[in-house]
Amino acid sequence: DDRLLAEPLGHPDFFNVQELFSLKDLFDARVHLGHKKGCRHRFMEPYIFGCRLGQDIIDLDQTMQHLQLALNFTAHVAYRKGIILFVSRNRQFGHLVESTARECGEYAHTRYWQGGLLTNAHIQLGPGVRLPDLLVFINSLNNVFEPHVAIRDAAKMNIPTVGVVDTNCNPCLITYPVPGNDDSPTAVELYCKLFKMTIIRAKDKRKQKEVFYELQ
Amino acid sequence: TLRVIYTTTVVQRKNVAASGPEKYTEAFIKKQIEEFNLGKRHLANMMGEDPETFTQEDIDKAIAYLFPSGLFDERARPMMKHPTEIFPEKRKIQWGEDGRPFHFLFYTGKQSYYSLMHETYGMLLNAQKYQDQMTAQGFPPEKEKKNLPGSRWLTKVELEEMLLEKLSDHDYSRFIQLLQKLVTLPYGNVEEKYMQKFSKEIATQLQKVVIEPLKYDEQGVAFSTGEGQRKTARATAVVYDNGSGKITVNGVDVLHYFPVLQDREQLLFPFQFLDRIGKHDMICTVSGGGRSSQAGAIRLASAKALRSFVTEKEVEFMRQAGLLTTDPRLKERKKPGQEGARRKFTWKKR
Repeated sequence: DDRLLAEPLGHPDFFNVQELFSLKDLFDARVHLGHKKGCRHRFMEPYIFGCRLGQDIIDLDQTMQHLQLALNFTAHVAYRKGIILFVSRNRQFGHLVESTARECGEYAHTRYWQGGLLTNAHIQLGPGVRLPDLLVFINSLNNVFEPHVAIRDAAKMNIPTVGVVDTNCNPCLITYPVPGNDDSPTAVELYCKLFKMTIIRAKDKRKQKEVFYELQ
Repeated sequence: TLRVIYTTTVVQRKNVAASGPEKYTEAFIKKQIEEFNLGKRHLANMMGEDPETFTQEDIDKAIAYLFPSGLFDERARPMMKHPTEIFPEKRKIQWGEDGRPFHFLFYTGKQSYYSLMHETYGMLLNAQKYQDQMTAQGFPPEKEKKNLPGSRWLTKVELEEMLLEKLSDHDYSRFIQLLQKLVTLPYGNVEEKYMQKFSKEIATQLQKVVIEPLKYDEQGVAFSTGEGQRKTARATAVVYDNGSGKITVNGVDVLHYFPVLQDREQLLFPFQFLDRIGKHDMICTVSGGGRSSQAGAIRLASAKALRSFVTEKEVEFMRQAGLLTTDPRLKERKKPGQEGARRKFTWKKR
């Protein structure tokens, strides 16, 4: 059992997430497009490549690195049978995110976030609940363009976060931010596809390893 | 190195009161059901009855015999019922042994409501996609009115019962808006089965009062019957055509039965209204009530009978004149502390 859990930690990219996406895929899905320079958040300036005709362009090289780290992390969490919760407050893609979560076998929350869901879980969800081990934000702002409450709550409850941060978002409290567009349908479909494939891959790998170690 | 975090005992002690009502696992309920069945068989053996044919009523009688209790409240007495009746539904724990919840929307709080919204929205998207496909192939969308006035959507209480969850008014209105949007889209035939789960039929109320046709007796004279009531009097009237204006009440002529002019005027009012005073004969029976109420009852009965002889317009005139409405006034009850129904006792200053 210890060997099962310790084996993936030796490799830098045990699940080979790099082959799932390429720079051309990100460009075709318009991930590099940000908001206008008036909406720019101060802490996103390191991730921005430049500004064209008033619209910010996100640096896709940095996005590649961050995305590889984030996908690797989610794969490890899924390998160790952690609970992953997809969060997105964008009305346009709520249905897509929920169906992605259902197909992975993980959980989603694309509705109004009730205040004490993570911090007051023992009363709201029932005594003895198991909280999520990873939060994945497809859209880290809520409908009023403020940072989602779940980022702060996850930081309070020591739950790691992975999030797609756009040029108007605050990447501070997110453990694995991924600078990228969160408003285009193609970009969001690409993220959902990538997360789904990593989680399914990690779960299959886990089943293979369990069978492998049982045979020994 | 580990840092010691200082906390108070208040935080460390488990707040039992705040943890809410107990939740039961499925395994616990199954065990309770097994124990109940075993106990039922033991009880049957104890009472000397057959364990196979021991019904719930026998169990109740046996428990009442073995554990007699003088408590007044029925719910406080010892009872032995099937666990599904004792443990309320939806208190089962929603996650498995490893802690992972069963439903993918568990962490939202209202899982059944949100899964319903998700499903309905999926149906909407499918309908739109289908419509797009059909317009691409060249078939124009048909506009049909599917919602007959005989159906209504489920009420909030019924939906709460169906989902076993509390809803807010806002949630309910959003769900109904989604359903109505789905209805207005064309090509909703596939989703009709899905929508029927959330609609109920109202029995269409008969608004038109059916006027009975004329009946003909042995000599070929047309007649019709009507019933009427007023206070405690009940009357039936048979109105014959080609008559001379003769009225018989309970086998007695009207002049003998109603000596007072006011009562006879009441009887004649329907005929006078329709200008048919000397044209009809009437035979009626009446019982109950007093002089005036019997007259009113016969008036209503004769007016109802005359509807068959007369056009629809004149029936509407009669209705507007108040000839066809039962007078709902009854004797009001006397209240304690007062002399009559309304009259109070004389107020004395000292």
